[in-house]
Amino acid sequence: MTTPPPAPPPPSGLATLLRGRGAKRPPKAVASALYDVPGPRARARHLLYGLLTSLALAALLAWICWLLLDTGQFAHVKWRPFAYEGVQEMLLGGLGNTLKAFAMAAVLALALGAVLAAGRLSDHRPLRWVSTVLVEFFRAMPVLVMIFFVFVALQVQALPALVTGLTLYNGSVLAEVFRSGVQSVDRGQREAAYALGLRKTQVMVHVLVPQAVRAMLPTIISQLVVALKDTSLGYLITYEEFLHAGRLIAINMDYTMPFIPVVIVISAIYIGLCMLLSWFANWVARRERRNVKNEAVPVAPAEAGSTMPGARP
Amino acid sequence: MDVLTQNFALYGEGFWGTVRLTVYASLLALAVGVVMAGFRVAPVAALRGVGTAWVTVLRNTPLTLLFFAMLLGLPRFGVALPFELFAVLALGCYTSSFICEAVRSGINTVPAGQGEAARSLGMTFGQTLGTVVLPQAFRTVIAPIGSTLIALAKNSAIAGSFSVVELLSTYKTLSENGYNVIWSFVWIALGYLILTLAISGLFHVLERRWGVAR
Repeated sequence: MTTPPPAPPPPSGLATLLRGRGAKRPPKAVASALYDVPGPRARARHLLYGLLTSLALAALLAWICWLLLDTGQFAHVKWRPFAYEGVQEMLLGGLGNTLKAFAMAAVLALALGAVLAAGRLSDHRPLRWVSTVLVEFFRAMPVLVMIFFVFVALQVQALPALVTGLTLYNGSVLAEVFRSGVQSVDRGQREAAYALGLRKTQVMVHVLVPQAVRAMLPTIISQLVVALKDTSLGYLITYEEFLHAGRLIAINMDYTMPFIPVVIVISAIYIGLCMLLSWFANWVARRERRNVKNEAVPVAPAEAGSTMPGARP
Repeated sequence: MDVLTQNFALYGEGFWGTVRLTVYASLLALAVGVVMAGFRVAPVAALRGVGTAWVTVLRNTPLTLLFFAMLLGLPRFGVALPFELFAVLALGCYTSSFICEAVRSGINTVPAGQGEAARSLGMTFGQTLGTVVLPQAFRTVIAPIGSTLIALAKNSAIAGSFSVVELLSTYKTLSENGYNVIWSFVWIALGYLILTLAISGLFHVLERRWGVAR
C-alpha cells in the first residue's frame, strides 16, 4: 500500500474511475450518467415537461375523483358503517389476525432460516444436501400451492396452514440470505478466529454470525415485508384476516355494500404498514452505511518480533 | 399416476392458463417496468415523482389486495373485462415495479463515461437512454429480471382463486371428482416446477449469450 500524494485532495476512487481522469468538474455538478446539468434552455424545456406531467396527473386524479363521485362512492351511507362499533371491531380484529399470522410466520421463518442456513454451511455432506434440496424446493414452489396443500390435503385450520406455508417459503429465502451473509464476511475474520483457537461453533456464533446479521439486516427486514404482504393470502383460504373482514363489510346489504370505501380504507392501512416496514429496512440500511464500525481501520503491518508475552519488539 | 393420466386434459388446460397468464403479464410488466425506470432516471422532477410513487406503492401492496381491488372493484365503475385480462393487469402492474427497480439498478451500473460520450456526440436524453445506456444495462439485469419473472409465474397461482383458469385451481375439480388430493397436488407442483425451470433455463441461455462476463 502506497499512500496517495497529499495534495490535491483525491476524489473517491469510484468517482474518478467513472468520470475519467481529465474531468475537472466538481462532484456536485455531475447529476447523472444520463444528462448534464441543464442550461437555461434545457431548464425551460424540463419545466414545460414537468408542467405537462403534472397536468396529466391532475387530469387523471380528477377523472378518478369524478368517477368515484359519479358512482356515489363518497355518499354518506357508504361511509357510515365505519362509524359503527361492530364494524370497527371487525376490522381491528381482522388486522389483529393479520398481525398475529405475520408475527408467528416471521419468528418461525427466522428460526427455520437459521437452521437451514446452518445446514447448508455444515461440514457434513448429507446435512448440506438435505438442506440444499429443501431450500431449493420450497423456493421454487408458489407459496399459495404450499398453503393450499397444507390446508386441503392435510386438513388443518386456516391459521396453521397459512403460517406453515409462509414459514417454509420465507424460511428458505432467509436461509439463503443468512448463508450469503456469512459467506460475505471477510475471510480474514474466520482465519483470525481459528488462529485464536476458537472452535467451529464459536467462530460461527461469536465472529461470523454477528457480522453477517449486521450486513444482512436490511435484506432480512425486506423479506419480512414480503411475509407481511403474503399474509393476505390467508384471505383465499378463508382465514379471518384483514381482507376477509373487509369483504364481509363490503358485501353486507345492510351497509349498502360499500365496496370501494372498504377497499380505500383497507389499502391505505395495508400499504401503510408495509411501507412503514420497508422504510424501516431502508433506515437500517442507511444507518449501516454511516456506521463507523463498518469502515476499515488501518492495521499496522506485521513485523518481525518476539511472540513471547512481555517481550518488547 | 392415475390422477394425471385420467385428467390430462384438465391439467393441460390449467397449465396452459398459467403459461398464458405468465407470458402476457411478463410482457406487460417488462413494458411498464422499463418505461417507469426511464421515468425514474429522467431529468424532469415530476416524471421522477411518478416513477417513484408507482414503485413505492405497488411494491408495498399485497398482491391479493390488488387482485381483490381490481377484479371486484373495477366492475363497479362499469369496466367489464374478462377475468383473465384483469388478472394479467394486476400481475403485470405488480411485477412492473420490481422490473423497474431491477432496470434502474442496471442503469446505475453503466459507467457515466458512456452517457457523457453519447451526449458529446449530440444525442438527446431519449437517444442516450435508448441506444447507449439501456442496451448495456440490459446485459447486467438479465439475471434479476429472470428471478422476477419466476416470482411472477409463482404469483399467478393467486389468479385461480379469482375465477381464472390456471393450474392451482384444478385441484378443486379434482377433489370434487374424488381423486386423491395429495397426488393431485404433486402434479400441480410438478407443473409449476416445469414452468419455473423453463424460465430459469431461458434466462440462463440469455445470460450466456448477452450477459456481462464476471
